[in-house]
Amino acid sequence: MKLLIANGYLVDPTQGINTGRDLLIEDGRVLGVLERGQERPGGVEVLDATGLIVAPGFIDLHTHLREPGAEYKETIASGAAAAVAGGWASVCAMPNTDPVNDSPAVTRFVIEQAQRAQLANVFPIGSITKGCGGKELSEMGEMKNAGIVAVSDDGHPVPTAGMMRRAMEYARGFELTVVDHCQDVSLTAGGVMHEGRWSLILGLRGMPAAAEDVHVIRDCVLAKLTGASVHIAHVSTSGGLDAVRRAKEMGLPVTCEVAPHHWTLTDEALAEYDTNTKMSPPLRSQNHVNALLEGLRDGTVDAIATDHAPHHADEKNLEFDQAPFGITGLETAVGLAFDLVNQGIIDLEQLVRLCSTNPARIFSLKDRGTLAENAHADVTILDPACEWTFDAATSKSKSRNTPFHGRTMTGAAVATIVGGRVVYLNPNYTRITDAKHRQASAK
Amino acid sequence: MQFNRKHLLGIRELEPGEITHLLDTAETFRDISRREIKKVPALRGRTVINLFFESSTRTRTSFEIAAKRLSADAVNISVSTSSVSKGETLLDTARNLEAMAPDCIVVRHSMAGAPQHLARMGNAPIVNAGDGSHEHPTQALLDALTIREHKSRIEGLKVAIIGDVLHSRVARSNIHLLTKLGATVSVAGPGTLVPLEFGELVEQGLRVEKTIEDAIEGADVVMILRIQRERQDAAFFPSMREYAVHFGLKPKHLERAAEDAIVMHPGPINRGIEMASEIADGGRSLILDQVTNGVAVRMAVLYLLAGGGHAELDEKGH
Repeated sequence: MKLLIANGYLVDPTQGINTGRDLLIEDGRVLGVLERGQERPGGVEVLDATGLIVAPGFIDLHTHLREPGAEYKETIASGAAAAVAGGWASVCAMPNTDPVNDSPAVTRFVIEQAQRAQLANVFPIGSITKGCGGKELSEMGEMKNAGIVAVSDDGHPVPTAGMMRRAMEYARGFELTVVDHCQDVSLTAGGVMHEGRWSLILGLRGMPAAAEDVHVIRDCVLAKLTGASVHIAHVSTSGGLDAVRRAKEMGLPVTCEVAPHHWTLTDEALAEYDTNTKMSPPLRSQNHVNALLEGLRDGTVDAIATDHAPHHADEKNLEFDQAPFGITGLETAVGLAFDLVNQGIIDLEQLVRLCSTNPARIFSLKDRGTLAENAHADVTILDPACEWTFDAATSKSKSRNTPFHGRTMTGAAVATIVGGRVVYLNPNYTRITDAKHRQASAK
Repeated sequence: MQFNRKHLLGIRELEPGEITHLLDTAETFRDISRREIKKVPALRGRTVINLFFESSTRTRTSFEIAAKRLSADAVNISVSTSSVSKGETLLDTARNLEAMAPDCIVVRHSMAGAPQHLARMGNAPIVNAGDGSHEHPTQALLDALTIREHKSRIEGLKVAIIGDVLHSRVARSNIHLLTKLGATVSVAGPGTLVPLEFGELVEQGLRVEKTIEDAIEGADVVMILRIQRERQDAAFFPSMREYAVHFGLKPKHLERAAEDAIVMHPGPINRGIEMASEIADGGRSLILDQVTNGVAVRMAVLYLLAGGGHAELDEKGH
């Protein structure tokens, strides 16, 4: 069966398309892009995307799905449901589960659970070291055969330069990008928030920006030494971003991502000790936020990633020091990314690059992040004019730990198509599929 | 100005007028403790729970005596923080206590923000009796009452705060209070315990000095902080001996202070470490006055939060 996404405004940087086009899909693949006025084939289902943006499916490089091991926080199915509701056709699942994804058995389990859910594509990330323990290399080759797309010890910064060098050299041979959570833990022991004026006011132990800076700089130096592809996860400091900028100027294979909460909120958001503002890296001060916005503007930032980190309400409803780090993000990221467009920091095309084109390139996801002929038919449909208010109670995630409950945003993903199937449709946009059973005869 | 807040969580959020009102109210209560019959019926039939998750002798006793002198029923609960991780959550503990209808819960906790957490999630008025390194509002109020008693003003005074500023909730509350009321504050101590950024704590009136001599220069009030070993997870200075030599207050330091300078310490003192015994026991030391004023301040706070009401106070002839 053919599917035509008609009357939309197609944005695909890989083909240089940024104009009104129809998209023809068949058997889970892109058949082609049709010009306006071009004769449409008969016998197709039609989705009506009038007034909407049609983009290659968004890919989140940084998602915690919690399964196996912490299914009370999130399952692969619930996380995938949240993903597609937020416009993410694909998510890359971090390995810090229980057990850790450090073996092909766990990798296969994640893939099988995702196939059962039939929602988002789930690409597992294997751990760099066994158990994310920072001491022995994981079986990267075996995991690659089982389906991992990158390696990372996210949440557990690889502690020594020696270990990281070994990991980069080994990963390079399997063409696996090494993703690092950059934090020198000797500088952040006991820390629960950004170190600065607000940590002094609140009497909470701080994590200095320098703890991230020194690790990003270390990894850039090691990227030069080893030639490995290095991706810096959730950059949150001006120093970290500067290091990436310099590495790129030197031609090193270094990329980076930024999470929406890091450019949207500052450490002042912690003033009431709300544990839904506690995450790692922490919310930073305004000067760091400004640096991130500049990095988004000048292209130093390659990707927007959610760092979706669900936790149960009981775990967050504790003293600030006791609560775990992390917030959910899959359903708010695209809305917050539209803030950047609405403020003129990036344009729509750059938004698509940050959420789709570049993520696919960074993890070498073949035939993704593009709507070129024969690409996977993953599509995110956006309405830049949609004004909406996020209600955590209606979240598809099993967890509710978000500082964005009640926030109004302008711009949203309203439908998500994965492998040619509509896996999410915003209830207010049923007009998209109303046309579905009509034969496309009109031009 | 009146004090119409439901909770007393910190000094930072208070208006200068509210602070002055608290101090004025405390002054009216000070006399009660000097009488033969040290009791008024202002909070008769009210219940105050002292919920202490961190050991304390002075503060807990002070709150208990304050409640009793107002005729409130005071209940003391000490919970060792080490058992909290195995047992019920802070919120569940507080909710169970709230189910017994207290009129006020006084909370001390080793973690910053714990009283804010209870105030947000619960129903009872909360008094912060010290939360981690965050605030200790009644300590700052009793310090201010003591200063006012001896200097008859706060505005325009120069106050030096010496020692472990980083971990000190006493320093934070005092800095907020003193600068709000127009004093200037200088802080000094080892670099590891007095971060340069500390000057940004408040918008104006606070200076971070390089040496304790610089901080004490011309000071009307010298406050010495306790070394908070329980909040230091690692060595912030090489040895107690070195600390005593370089950062302990000695008589020679006071020569730089104003002629009529007073010396304060929130207690308990590490004698001979942060302060020489001859100063602690000397004529300039107001350490015991602070303790006395603590009862008056806590009476005022409980009275205003646990529902005393002004009409009743006037009726009883204060």
